[in-house]
Amino acid sequence: MRTAPTSSTTAPDAAAQSATAPARRGPLLRMLPAPLYAGRARALLERSAMVYSRAWLVFVSGVVEPLLYLLAFQVGFGKLVEQVTGPGGQPMSYVAFVAPALLAASAMNGAVFDSTFNVFFKFRYNKTYDAILATPLGPLDIALGEIGWAVLRGGLYALAFLGVMAGFGLVTSPWALLLLPVALLVSFAFSAVGMVCATFLKSPAQFDFVQLAVMPMFLLSTTFYPLSVYPEPLQYAVQCLPLYHGVELTRGLAVGVLDVSMLGHAAYLLALAAVGAYFTAKRLARLLLR
Amino acid sequence: MVEAKALVKRFGDFEAVRGIDVQVRKGEAFGFLGPNGAGKSSTMRMIASTSPRSDGDLRVLGMDPDVDGPRIRARLGSVPQQDTLDTELTVRQNLQIYGRYFGMSRADVRRKATELMEFAQLAERADGLVDALSGGMKRRLTIARSLVNDPDLLLLDEPTTGLDPQARHMLWDRLFRLKAGGVTLIITSHYMDEVEQLCDRLVVMDGGHIVAEGSPSELIARYSTREVLELRFAPGEQGGIAEQVAEFGERVEELPDRVLVYTGDGERALEQVHGRDVRPVSSLVRRSTLEDVFLRLTGRTLVD
Repeated sequence: MRTAPTSSTTAPDAAAQSATAPARRGPLLRMLPAPLYAGRARALLERSAMVYSRAWLVFVSGVVEPLLYLLAFQVGFGKLVEQVTGPGGQPMSYVAFVAPALLAASAMNGAVFDSTFNVFFKFRYNKTYDAILATPLGPLDIALGEIGWAVLRGGLYALAFLGVMAGFGLVTSPWALLLLPVALLVSFAFSAVGMVCATFLKSPAQFDFVQLAVMPMFLLSTTFYPLSVYPEPLQYAVQCLPLYHGVELTRGLAVGVLDVSMLGHAAYLLALAAVGAYFTAKRLARLLLR
Repeated sequence: MVEAKALVKRFGDFEAVRGIDVQVRKGEAFGFLGPNGAGKSSTMRMIASTSPRSDGDLRVLGMDPDVDGPRIRARLGSVPQQDTLDTELTVRQNLQIYGRYFGMSRADVRRKATELMEFAQLAERADGLVDALSGGMKRRLTIARSLVNDPDLLLLDEPTTGLDPQARHMLWDRLFRLKAGGVTLIITSHYMDEVEQLCDRLVVMDGGHIVAEGSPSELIARYSTREVLELRFAPGEQGGIAEQVAEFGERVEELPDRVLVYTGDGERALEQVHGRDVRPVSSLVRRSTLEDVFLRLTGRTLVD
């Protein structure tokens, strides 16, 4: 009888295995116990691609959303507020000020939607993950695969956003290309955290809580005005919001004003992503592998 | 294939499985029979390496699920009690992606999906969504899916619960074929006829314990008589009957709606009952089944 080619990497003693065959185990496989991770998160991406191959139209919204945003701010808002001060102290149009922040915010919204709604239904109602955990895959494969999909989708949306921005003549620096990896990072962080939250939700009505967290974040994270409008104590609070760090990165890069603090912003988001992915795997293991 | 010693599963304060010893040999069909809540599913999930054991020792395919879970699962097929089909995908995609979870190549899963849809008689529904399938079709697809990796050991948790008789017989037929092909089967059920039909050996579970073990015929021979006489009475007229007919059988059980007389010769017992001028509304002589074994062991029927 033929057996499916299982990874020879899930050896009983991870330490001994990595010592004898280090080249065959990725860093994650070496760090984590075998029952959590089979190193096959890609299969989850493939599943999502299958699902969306029938629903590719949703990607059109990726272009429509920035188009509407930018039109509103260019044609509408731009009439009221002509010029603002940019990240480097230079004057810029309001729409150019707000566009990169909206790119970050849209990456956040997409990631949160993907990782809460979609994951919740697969998790609670369709029992998709129960079926997957009966295969060699572990909870971390699921976490990484689902977060990976949210990131991929976020990347596509950001690409569309960037294209629309360029069409509006809002891309003035070659550094703006780095908006893409930043959008991926924002997606990663928010989908990882979103997925942890999804495992705590008990009923669809509780999605209001998600909105309750996302909406103020969207409005307050210096998306529409600079940090300096807040009184000082509030500034610290805003600086704790993850989206603030995303906005700082995109806004600076869009006009090519770089700063060492950007490394800090990126590190904040990366840490959030790692912590989120870790706890997602933990939660799934706790709830599904009882 | 499976070896459990003093296996225990606890959920908080509740002990679902209370120290069971089980051995399943290669190539056999092994059954867990018992009412709901007996601990069958918990045991199955521990064997499937998706639920860590609380205590005791467990080896599946010679490996420890706590350490080698992924490696064990790679060689298992699992049919859970509730269908967990991927409702966002078509029938074919369900089979293909499941193969991918096992790390099979794209070409392999395409070939395997076609083969399994043939096996489960779902070829016409290949590109339809799963939600549109009937209950029996979904169950067949779940079984087909569990075979995608050519498992050495197939775990079936109440495979036919909720199916109509025709669908059940069709599923049994598929399971017989798998067994003939050398796949070891472990089946839980609260249908005694299912276990009687399918299993070479079984354990009867109740309240987290194993109360009996053997082949269906052994168990019937050990715990019951060859035949059973069932006597039904009009409501309210059953009182005292059990005592009156006790001497005509080796043993008498009284259920809410009937009296069972256990005897080697049911017809003779019925004649004697009539001779005593006891007039049941209806009577039936039948062979003993595992249901009788269960009744004897626990004093309760399987499906309440």
